[in-house]
Amino acid sequence: MGVEGIGARVTRKEDKRFLTGKGRYVDDMVVPGMKFAAFVRSPHAHAKIKSIDLSAAKDMPGVIDVLEGKAMQEDGIGNLICGWMIHSKDGSPMNMGAWRPLAYDTVRYVGDAVAIVVADSQAEARDAAEAVVVDYEPLPHVTEALTALQDGQPQIHPEAKNNLIYDWEIGDQAATEAALATAAHITEIEITNNRLSPNPMEPRAALGIYDTAEDHYTCYTTSQNPHAARLVMSAFYNVAPENKLRVIAPDVGGGFGSKIYIYPEEITCLWASRKTGVPVKWNSDRTEAFLTDAHGRDHVSQVKMAFDANNRITALKVETTANFGAYMSLFSSAVPTYLYATLLSGQYNIPAIHAEVKAVYTNTVPVDAYRGAGRPEATYLLERTVETAARELGMSPAELRRINFIREFPHQTPVIMNYDTGDYEASLNAAMEAADWNGFEARRAEAASRGKKRGIGMSCYIEACGIAPSAAVGSLGAGVGLWESAEVRVNAVGTVEILTGSHSHGQGHETTFAQLVSERLGMPISNVNIVHGDTDKVQMGMGTYGSRSGAVGMSAIVKALDKVEAKAKKLAAHLLEADESDIVIEDGQVKVAGTDKALQWFELTLAAYTAHNLPEGMEPGLKEGAFYDPSNFTFPAGCYICEVEVDPETGVTDIVQFVAADDFGNIINPMIVEGQVHGGIAQGIGQAMLEGVHYDPDTGQLITASYMDYAMPRADVLPSFEVSHQNTPCPGNPLGLKGCGEAGAIGSPPAFMNAVTDAIGNNNLTMPATPQKVWEAVNRI
Amino acid sequence: MYETTYHRASSVDEAVSLLGKAEDGKFLAGGMTLIATMKQRLAAPSDLVDLRHIDAMKGISVNGRSVRIGAGTCHYDVASSAELRAVCPALCDLASHIGDPHVRHMGTIGGSVANNDPAADYPSAVLALNMTVITNKREIAADDFFKGLFETALEEDEIITAFSFEAPEKAAYAKFANPASRYAMAGVFVAKNGGDVRVAVTGAGSDGVFRHAGMEQALASHWSADAVAGIHVDAEDMLSDLHGTSEYRAHLVKVMAKRAVAAAG
Ligand SMILES: Cc1cc2nc3c(=O)[nH]c(=O)nc-3n(C[C@H](O)[C@H](O)[C@H](O)COP(=O)(O)OP(=O)(O)OC[C@H]3O[C@@H](n4cnc5c(N)ncnc54)[C@H](O)[C@@H]3O)c2cc1C
Repeated sequence: MGVEGIGARVTRKEDKRFLTGKGRYVDDMVVPGMKFAAFVRSPHAHAKIKSIDLSAAKDMPGVIDVLEGKAMQEDGIGNLICGWMIHSKDGSPMNMGAWRPLAYDTVRYVGDAVAIVVADSQAEARDAAEAVVVDYEPLPHVTEALTALQDGQPQIHPEAKNNLIYDWEIGDQAATEAALATAAHITEIEITNNRLSPNPMEPRAALGIYDTAEDHYTCYTTSQNPHAARLVMSAFYNVAPENKLRVIAPDVGGGFGSKIYIYPEEITCLWASRKTGVPVKWNSDRTEAFLTDAHGRDHVSQVKMAFDANNRITALKVETTANFGAYMSLFSSAVPTYLYATLLSGQYNIPAIHAEVKAVYTNTVPVDAYRGAGRPEATYLLERTVETAARELGMSPAELRRINFIREFPHQTPVIMNYDTGDYEASLNAAMEAADWNGFEARRAEAASRGKKRGIGMSCYIEACGIAPSAAVGSLGAGVGLWESAEVRVNAVGTVEILTGSHSHGQGHETTFAQLVSERLGMPISNVNIVHGDTDKVQMGMGTYGSRSGAVGMSAIVKALDKVEAKAKKLAAHLLEADESDIVIEDGQVKVAGTDKALQWFELTLAAYTAHNLPEGMEPGLKEGAFYDPSNFTFPAGCYICEVEVDPETGVTDIVQFVAADDFGNIINPMIVEGQVHGGIAQGIGQAMLEGVHYDPDTGQLITASYMDYAMPRADVLPSFEVSHQNTPCPGNPLGLKGCGEAGAIGSPPAFMNAVTDAIGNNNLTMPATPQKVWEAVNRI
Repeated sequence: MYETTYHRASSVDEAVSLLGKAEDGKFLAGGMTLIATMKQRLAAPSDLVDLRHIDAMKGISVNGRSVRIGAGTCHYDVASSAELRAVCPALCDLASHIGDPHVRHMGTIGGSVANNDPAADYPSAVLALNMTVITNKREIAADDFFKGLFETALEEDEIITAFSFEAPEKAAYAKFANPASRYAMAGVFVAKNGGDVRVAVTGAGSDGVFRHAGMEQALASHWSADAVAGIHVDAEDMLSDLHGTSEYRAHLVKVMAKRAVAAAG
């Protein structure tokens, strides 16, 4: 490895601009003639729109125009779609109701957009938005999924009877029931996965620019995948054909999944720009973000885990109800199915699994993938169940896991996934040692002498990253392929541009991708530029989510680099009069191995561009592109241990220790990987102890619509995390990478909850384990 | 934010006269409550009269055990005053736990008390320390000042200029912070001056800050954490919300009272 190559703890190139306030986000974009948008939003959870009167608003100062959904439909702008087809057990396709970018007949959640105002200033736009008179006829509403399924509840979309979107299943029901019938022990538990608001630091924003002269649209948007945004806006929403639409996602301040989807606002800003003839910018405020960013999680599951007399797991039966909110967001259907139930085998050898998932409409904001997407739900369910089983069986939780671990690879689970490699025991052992597991009882006794209840809990997670083999996901209903693209442009002077379809919104691609080039071509990372996030600059790509940018995005770069290297060697062999197979590229030189014959890298690249002396038939230049389609998912795994002290008088939980032992395969930049783990754990602990979206069931209003009521994790509630790696390189991709972006958020909630329930001796506790809930659980014993 | 007109007053009289001319004016201190409310379009004053440049409203003076705090003094200055800490460290500690550093450098004691948020910290200190609320018109005893949620004895054009009190022998504030907002969910301020004990509770009461007579009597006869442990706190009188039921708040009031007494020594 070079000093800046693979494995080096290089500080992040992009941080200088971020830390000095020089990042350029959508809201920093200013174009001539730009005006500001405000959306008129439904104050009701569910209502018929009897009429919309725009006249008063149009007369307000500074207003350019006020537009509503009817006109948008007349202009042929299409419905928002969900891009992954799921079929119910009975073979019927999912029941998708219409999602208009601007609702004109019915609103289905508080925050549903009804009209857009374009004005000279943001303040004037907001003033005028209040002057739009919408005559609503409130309808009964329902915010809880289990309630929404019952007869006699409000019907949210005519397409979905009893609000059921699909009733899907996976696995072998007969085998599972048979194993349950003969089990020596069955652990039964209800698992609730609380609903979360994603809260990226940068709220969503959009700037739509219609160019009359060229009949061309530009959309600046806070997107994790600008190419997919362009594709969907062209092919489904009829905003403009792809060649007439440029989508730019510049610096984006975090996404956590919520910026994968195409929302009504960007579509509406583009359309409004054409209608008004001015560029239209919208910037979400924080309350709008709480009201309209796709939420995450929100599952309720019934679980039965069967054991034989030797405490081996023989079967797992799961029934999950997933709240989808008022509309089906872009990837919503895949989250509680193929991203969730396919991971229900966890790290364990489970011969029979059967899962049923009901997806349900409610009068709440749409729910979609959020950091981990399905895998945190699967891990939380399994790891609380296994821990509960250990307590019931009187076994050490580590031992119960150990005897059930998968130890041979590849391993075919009963739920589609084929695990390629792993060493679960290595992470378990490393975590237990780092946490001084064996010394816990002494610590517990010491804490008790101070009146504190101390507990320890673990979780052994697995996830599927590197999303995903295109043909496989296509056969499961995905509307797109999940490959990635790259182009390597070597300039005449030898510096390099990497054009990638991945998108960095916090991940540090500008550094890690450059490290790969540094490793391969022996140049400093300052000579490498990463270009991403602009459909006019970068070839079609699929974006960043599901921890795919390393395993898939970098694999595409490797493929393109292979081609560049092959051509460079061929040219060098010609110029140095040597055999191609003797050429090596290192330390900024192209050498003939074992001789002192060499060219400086820039001499070679210049020769490629002067083209004065090329081998017979070689094209000038040095630039190669590649598409990489993964052959399998990757399977990061690990063991997390959390130790807590509960104050029984107040219910306050103090995290005294948190250990993470992860297998991410090979690692490009350990510092960045640790940062991803730290952030993920903070987010997971946020879910487990603090965060939770609450709708008032009586009014359908979002109670947690600001930080006054939505509790985020803060530095002072988190301990210093102790992180280690036990890596088994992934055999499925050239760099041996598995992915690390979501692990922290996946593994940490059950570790925390297992620790708290251990401390208080009461397993009847749901996330977030707030002081009030913990206090009640302490006193319920 | 709706359009508004900003005025800077350099004296209390000027502030009153500016407000008198405004259609629907509001005094502005640190703005940590008022500006946030305006940004959310929940308040729309026609005019803002800024009190931050009135020197006479700022600063802390301590004379023996007599303390006077200008209403325009920011939380940071209260938290870090060595003079105040020497006679009443409890008030410094209270101020040091309000919000975050930004809030503590902007927000003022006068703004907080005038606003009388049921979850704010200062109102408990005003009551427990038996402060006199000094305004441009009169002096108001603490017991007469707070009138329920966000309501006070202040008239529209009345400005709090200062607070005065005698530092007690012993005092302490124990706060259970709301996990989201970090305002008080149950904050108890205890103060003891000879046989006179005052216990004020914020964050928990459904009618805002209040004194707890039962605890005061118990502590007057026996100043110890155990003395409050047996006292009944009525859940009926408590707020109930997403973060804490009235039962939980009633319980926390007792726990915080115990901890405050223990901390006061
Ligand atoms: C992030 C954040 C966290 C916070 N956390 C806490 C917390 O933990 N605990 C807590 O107690 N508070 C907290 N606060 C509130 C903070 O303490 C405010 O500063 C305080 O409530 C209001 O003081 P202000 O000087 O900012 O007043 P402003 O917001 O300027 O004014 C508030 C109200 O008081 C009136 N007013 C102001 N000064 C006077 C005066 N001298 N005479 C008469 N009327 C006046 C104004 O007209 C207005 O109606 C927090 C605020 C923020 C933004």
